[in-house]
Amino acid sequence: MGAIFKREMKAYFTSPIAYIFIAVFYVYTGINFVGTNIYGATTDLTYIFSAVFTLMMIMLPLLTMRLMSEEKKQKTDQCLLTAPVNLAEIVMGKFFAALCVFLIGMAIYIPYVLVLFKLSGSIEWPIVIGNMCALLLLGASFISIGMFVSSLTENQIVSAIASFIFIMLLYMIDVLASSITVEWIRNAMVSIGFYNRYYEFTNGIINIPSVVFFISAIFIFNFLTVRVLEKRRWGE
Amino acid sequence: MIEVKNLTKQYGAKRAVDDLSFTVNDGEILGFLGPNGAGKSTMMNMLTGYISSTDGQALINGIDILENPTEAKKNIGYLPEIPPLYLDMTVGDYLSFIYDLKKCRLPKKAHIEDVCKLVMITDVYDRIIKHLSKGYKQRVGLAQALIGNPPILILDEPTVGLDPKQILEIRNLIKKLGKRHTVILSSHILSEIQAVCDRIVIINKGKIAADDTPENLTAKLSDEHKLIARIDGSRDEVLKVISSIGGVVSVTADMEREPGTFDYEIEAEEGRDIRRELFKRIAARNWTILMLKTTELTLEDIFLKITMGSDITIGGSKKKAAAVSEDDAKAMHEAVDQAVIAAQAVEMSKKLAAGTEAEEEYDGGEM
Repeated sequence: MGAIFKREMKAYFTSPIAYIFIAVFYVYTGINFVGTNIYGATTDLTYIFSAVFTLMMIMLPLLTMRLMSEEKKQKTDQCLLTAPVNLAEIVMGKFFAALCVFLIGMAIYIPYVLVLFKLSGSIEWPIVIGNMCALLLLGASFISIGMFVSSLTENQIVSAIASFIFIMLLYMIDVLASSITVEWIRNAMVSIGFYNRYYEFTNGIINIPSVVFFISAIFIFNFLTVRVLEKRRWGE
Repeated sequence: MIEVKNLTKQYGAKRAVDDLSFTVNDGEILGFLGPNGAGKSTMMNMLTGYISSTDGQALINGIDILENPTEAKKNIGYLPEIPPLYLDMTVGDYLSFIYDLKKCRLPKKAHIEDVCKLVMITDVYDRIIKHLSKGYKQRVGLAQALIGNPPILILDEPTVGLDPKQILEIRNLIKKLGKRHTVILSSHILSEIQAVCDRIVIINKGKIAADDTPENLTAKLSDEHKLIARIDGSRDEVLKVISSIGGVVSVTADMEREPGTFDYEIEAEEGRDIRRELFKRIAARNWTILMLKTTELTLEDIFLKITMGSDITIGGSKKKAAAVSEDDAKAMHEAVDQAVIAAQAVEMSKKLAAGTEAEEEYDGGEM
């Protein structure tokens, strides 16, 4: 796993993709931070955390698009799959590399929080901690979804667009649910929606079922990616 | 040691590999030979655990590749048809990644340096793989297979895309490796297999068509008694004279080689030497024999005979190739052309090697 993690990290930082991702992340959150918290003179962090959801929807597919599809296209998967490593190690190595780049982006919230703490002297720590957890869980589940989609295609662009649509649907489900009148369908839709669960966290509520929900999503999609690799081995 | 038992791969209705069984002993170089699409790569992909088999079993040093893939793969170095290179990495980074991936325990730096020296890529160590020539990429692929000193090497067309000089170098390298490793290599170039391998397995349409040493294969099939003679004189008359010689089974005239001169293929009865008689008869008519030689079956002929839908069974005494269909005949001509090119390449490489012996090392300036 270590070897694959290291190689993926190197690949992220030898291509412009990691730099672009981090830069966009910093600029977008920076504008929100200055606009809302500095000019608005508030220590309420809810907005700058909840606004980042849309950005992650667009940016994380860019981070995951090449993870599996490029291996397949360049036939380098032949080298991974004939090496003495198991499939889970390959998938986890790639997952953690993408997560790591995401965490570097996310780390920008630490200076924001510290600046606010310095300026105001008081900060709502539950909200900060809740948001950090939420970002981590949401990012990780988007990455595992993106990687799963990437394992289905050889084309990076298809991979990026398809994962964007996939994530978009998960986001839309909450919106669509409110217009459904059949109660059990609505409940089912609400329970798989991502946004409401994320929104809870941004208000500082760490809801255990939601934590379990995100962790299960991460686990399921990583597992599916392993299955896709396995299936390809068995052919038809 | 590799044991393959009844290995089968089914793709939908197509059987890419059909019930193959063979064993490769330690320290043996086995050549897989077959036309394109015969199932060579599928076979190798199954042996290395890249794809699964539909049926049957492959044991790598006694370990089943499907039941215990991680352990079995530790014993294998694999160079697939297309070398699995990360194009944006440098050669050094790539090999170091492979080293980590294979979880090797040898001293890292020294080992990678050794491998680079062995396949002659030390001079491109710091270059990005994307910028290397095909020959260098192929050799980096080979280096990748050698990392970790696996006891078994599986090389899928290791010399494809190389120039004659590089072909010779890689061939010598494989021979050298064969002393310490068990090697399976595939090719559709016969001279290559003949030059390198201890044993040849010819596969055609997913099945084993022959499995023997190059010498035995040639010997078993070369018991035909054919002469080729180049004689000047009128074709029809010459044909008449030759066929009147006692013991001649058949004679056919080939194309006109020089003005007024034809090549004749003469088949005599088994164990009968008609050369003296032929000379006397031709001389009596005042014609001249410009060339006279016996035909020896080359590996090319054997390969074509075996793969072109003939009814030959290796090991039998009397063989006769069945009539080939028009398509087969066309394919055969193409294959012969290829073989000729390959043979020329060998010749050329020998010359080249002789010419550059004085030079100390390959400089790789042509990248």
